[in-house]
Amino acid sequence: MTPTVMGSDGPSPTTEIGHTSASGPVLEPYEVFRQEKDGDPMRHGGNVMAPDPELALHYAREMFSRRNESTRLWIVRRADIAILEDADLLNPPLDRSFKKPGGYVMRDKLAAARERAGTAKPAARAESHDRTGGRRQGGAGGTE
Amino acid sequence: MTDPLALDPVLPVRQRSERPWNDDLPHDERYRHFEEHVIAGGKIEATDWMPDEYRTAVLRFVEMHANSELMGVLPEREWIMRAPTLRRKLALTAKVQDEVGHAQLLYRVAEDLGKPREQMLEDLMAGKTKFHNVFHYPTKSWGDIGIIAWLVDAAAIVAQQALRDSSYAPYARTMQKVCWEESVHIMHGRDVVVTLMNGTPSQRELVQEALNRWWGPLMQMHGPRGDRAKDRDLHWRIKAKTSEELRQEFLTIYVPRLWELGLTVPDPNLKLDESTKTWSYTEPDWDELRSVVTGHGPKSQERLEFRRLNRADTSWVRATVFGLPAVLPPAEPAFV
Repeated sequence: MTPTVMGSDGPSPTTEIGHTSASGPVLEPYEVFRQEKDGDPMRHGGNVMAPDPELALHYAREMFSRRNESTRLWIVRRADIAILEDADLLNPPLDRSFKKPGGYVMRDKLAAARERAGTAKPAARAESHDRTGGRRQGGAGGTE
Repeated sequence: MTDPLALDPVLPVRQRSERPWNDDLPHDERYRHFEEHVIAGGKIEATDWMPDEYRTAVLRFVEMHANSELMGVLPEREWIMRAPTLRRKLALTAKVQDEVGHAQLLYRVAEDLGKPREQMLEDLMAGKTKFHNVFHYPTKSWGDIGIIAWLVDAAAIVAQQALRDSSYAPYARTMQKVCWEESVHIMHGRDVVVTLMNGTPSQRELVQEALNRWWGPLMQMHGPRGDRAKDRDLHWRIKAKTSEELRQEFLTIYVPRLWELGLTVPDPNLKLDESTKTWSYTEPDWDELRSVVTGHGPKSQERLEFRRLNRADTSWVRATVFGLPAVLPPAEPAFV
């Protein structure tokens, strides 16, 4: 029997439930997560159809690491995945700007404070901890 | 058709054995492979084999970090109800929520290393494990809230950024999210400070007074200078930088930003050597650090007691989650 491998990335109504035939086993989708290199997070790679977890493992290995492109695979029955995509819960239409860097614009305040204190603006630094999300940004100054 | 041999080993046994988590080697050899792997920058996952020494070292490090996040919200929490505007109240509440969220993430990382979360909380409350020195001090004014969110979080993020390269991959990945959120806390704190500095003379005095009190603990926070060669956490690449490297980095970025606002850093010996780009400063009070982190700080016991009462008060929630008979708290809760 040839393994059925889904081409799509997400759940689709027609393949949601594994199909049965009089002679064959029930296939069901398994989602495959792969780690590209040591220490990376597991990312969704795609999915395979399989009649049981063991074959799902073999199919996943064939599909997602046959060029040695993964250091690790996670294979999970799609039916075991809990999905939350309710926009009311995930993206409520409230002002949450105080939780984001854009909620704090300090340029004018800093200029006013410097003027009062009679100080000069410190030299811009490549390394800064605010706004850049803790990542280094080449050449980006340390001011807002 | 899948090749039935697809999962058979491709490499000969000796070569495969160079992965430290293979179990077909004697312990010492396995240990050596593991050590080579992490020293070369290799990463370790929760499900990998690791020597007990490594497991214990990561666990101790992450547990202390988790404890600090959990205890660190208490000084700030006291100011939620006293925040000067609704927006500041929202921001401070969000910060407290974030820090507790960090504790949750970090306890989860630690738990995977083999110590149950309940045990970690018990040990924290029994004073058997530690949390960072800066969370043992009182918060006396709104100025403290600005200084904590800006400078305590900045000192923390200097360390946390370096941890994104930790050899323990689950910890390193957790630090990505933590650093991202901390960076907003720093902006919130700096905004509070800059706003006060543009205010009345007494508001500026408030900030300066807070800075004077917090500077000592901030300078102690990263710990005494240590010998790089003897530091096991560095050797295992659990962390990447020494205490002194972190302190220097903190000073380099934040001292000019304090000066910019007309604030005085309360250390007459603080000076940047332009040729070596290193700061000299008055030796921090290491006796104070040791005394504070072992539970003898001004607020150590009060905050631990708060955690104990709070835990007793909410035990019915945990019981309900586990489907156990819940004992309801008294009608008048100790804390609201």
